[in-house]
Amino acid sequence: MDLTYTEEERDFRARLREWLGKTLPELPARPSPDDWPGRRAYDLGWQRRLHDAGYAGLHWPVDAGGRGATPTQHLIFLEETERAGAPYVGANFVGLLHAGPTIAAEGTAEQRARWLPPVLRGDEVWCQGFSEPGAGSDLASLRTRAVRDGDAYVVTGSKIWTSHAEVADWCELLVRTDPQAPRHRGISWLALPMDAPGITVRPLRTLAGSAEFAEVFLDEVRVPVANRVGAENDGWRVTMVTLSFERGTAFVGEVVACRRTLTRLARTAQANGRWDDPVLRRTLGRLHGEFGALWRLTQWNVSEAQRSGGIPGTGGSVFKLAYSHARQELYDVAAEVLGADSLSLEEEWTLDRLSSLSYTIAAGTSQIQRNIVAERILGLPKGR
Amino acid sequence: MSAVDFRLTQDQRDLRAGVRDLLAGRYGREALRASVEADGALDRDLWRELGAAGLFALRLAESGGGVGLGLPEAVLVFEEAGRALLPGPLVATHLAAGTVPGAAEGTAVVTAFDLDGPLVAHLGDADAVLGADPLPAGTPVRSADPLTPLWRAEAAGGAGVEAYREEGALLTAALQVGSALRTVELAVRYAGEREQFGQPIGAFQAVKHLCADMLVRAEVARTAVYAAAVTADGAEIAAAKLLADGAAVRGARDCLQVHGGMGFTWEADVHLHLKRAWVRARQWRTAAGAEELLAERLLEEAVAG
Repeated sequence: MDLTYTEEERDFRARLREWLGKTLPELPARPSPDDWPGRRAYDLGWQRRLHDAGYAGLHWPVDAGGRGATPTQHLIFLEETERAGAPYVGANFVGLLHAGPTIAAEGTAEQRARWLPPVLRGDEVWCQGFSEPGAGSDLASLRTRAVRDGDAYVVTGSKIWTSHAEVADWCELLVRTDPQAPRHRGISWLALPMDAPGITVRPLRTLAGSAEFAEVFLDEVRVPVANRVGAENDGWRVTMVTLSFERGTAFVGEVVACRRTLTRLARTAQANGRWDDPVLRRTLGRLHGEFGALWRLTQWNVSEAQRSGGIPGTGGSVFKLAYSHARQELYDVAAEVLGADSLSLEEEWTLDRLSSLSYTIAAGTSQIQRNIVAERILGLPKGR
Repeated sequence: MSAVDFRLTQDQRDLRAGVRDLLAGRYGREALRASVEADGALDRDLWRELGAAGLFALRLAESGGGVGLGLPEAVLVFEEAGRALLPGPLVATHLAAGTVPGAAEGTAVVTAFDLDGPLVAHLGDADAVLGADPLPAGTPVRSADPLTPLWRAEAAGGAGVEAYREEGALLTAALQVGSALRTVELAVRYAGEREQFGQPIGAFQAVKHLCADMLVRAEVARTAVYAAAVTADGAEIAAAKLLADGAAVRGARDCLQVHGGMGFTWEADVHLHLKRAWVRARQWRTAAGAEELLAERLLEEAVAG
């Protein structure tokens, strides 16, 4: 059990901190949340700066264009960028955390050369076409069909919960290529060019009032067979590589952000007198302890990943269950700190409270995560 | 390339396995139930064996006859003791090693005023009370936990425990984590064996999800305890105790629920975990105390910016 950083890691942190201190003031003003082209340009601009400074694809393998950094260095990167208030990964999320790692792991040399450098340089945006109206938690029941026609697949169906679809260049798409096969064995993974004829994107307004997601309708869209990553009908396995990335590293920056939010809550509560309420104060104290422990759990999972070659294991489900619950409680407590002002959408924490409602649903509902923990970690029998 | 490595070293894993084997052989289920029959009276032979195995002298320097290990090793050992429901004032005697003669070797039993008042555990078996001299007089109290005999001392000597509060809280948290992880195992085993409606009850999601939540709480608490053992930071120790108390108490409650009617019997071990978890939750640092300490620390960080 060692929580001390090596000299190399401390150097890495110091250089990064210096670079962030110099670079962040040079960034343009942030675009408004509903300005999609503006958001794309801003997020890609940030990625370009990271690339030019040598921080793009930090944790990607060197032969995929990455820096081959250790999970600990990646953790330091996420911690420091969040602490400095750097831009979020934003429109680069799918490219850097889903599609990119999948192509790096499963793509041919040609595919890697075509798709990975533009992600790292901040030239191209990816979105994700996995979920369907009829395939949420039960993703393997997806029905979007791809029928082979010469050197192309003809794809028809619909996808939902697709972030950044309006401004994406590519979509990592799961399609059914063999309707007769057992459901996990008839799925393929395709790179869909978002400018292909037959694609309709419709924004999906969430309860937070904004259109963070979209529905994507596909009507006989032709996708070259060369855009398939992995073997035909092997897309489920290819996808699982991607999803484990999502659960392993996606929330690191957010835990740092939550800890910062807690200190701001304490300051606000002290200023408005609610700190004197022992129930509220003790709840804030408990959350301070819980988020501290979640940070340690992140370090634990990263240490485990370091051993297993960078692919996080089922520990991600344990983390996500604890974190998503704690995050929702954090913003419920924020409402107690604000009092009646928590009903105003002018308050940043009110919007955060609304978006926190998705955390126990997105990327595997808490119920699905509990099934995973119970069946894969504890070995309890599957129900029938 | 070297890096932050939170995982256990091979030596630490060996230590944990060694203690687990020792306790499985020396304090298995029969010994546990014999302790219950004896109303929690301590087995002095076992106490000396624990001393000989180094449980109390673990953190004393080798030059002073100790094992020369640190808090990270100590929490692993205490986690195993908690898993086995090993009875006695383990934490107080460990903390007294090097100060109270015989504590390090296990020839003395040392308890402490760690319950924030005049109640003190195992006073009848004790040779000394940590930080209180002479041994106070007291009258026995019927204890909720059959393995923790309680006494009401005539005068509370709480002042003597203050210097030991943080280490006491951390090691007690480690005991709680061991108990919490054990109740997960007991619940999972029972849920896999017990059949109703033609299938193991563990195949029902309502039962499965109870078990999954038990594991989540236990794993978060375990990580907090390990981290606090490495940093020895007061706020991290308070958080570790708070989370471990919750994991142990709620874990035992859920384990009891999974056991159904059997869980309500004297015969099942579940109630022993629950009652001991209740005792430990009152020792060294209560939830209220931990939350206030953490709140205070949060405010300090907030003001410091």
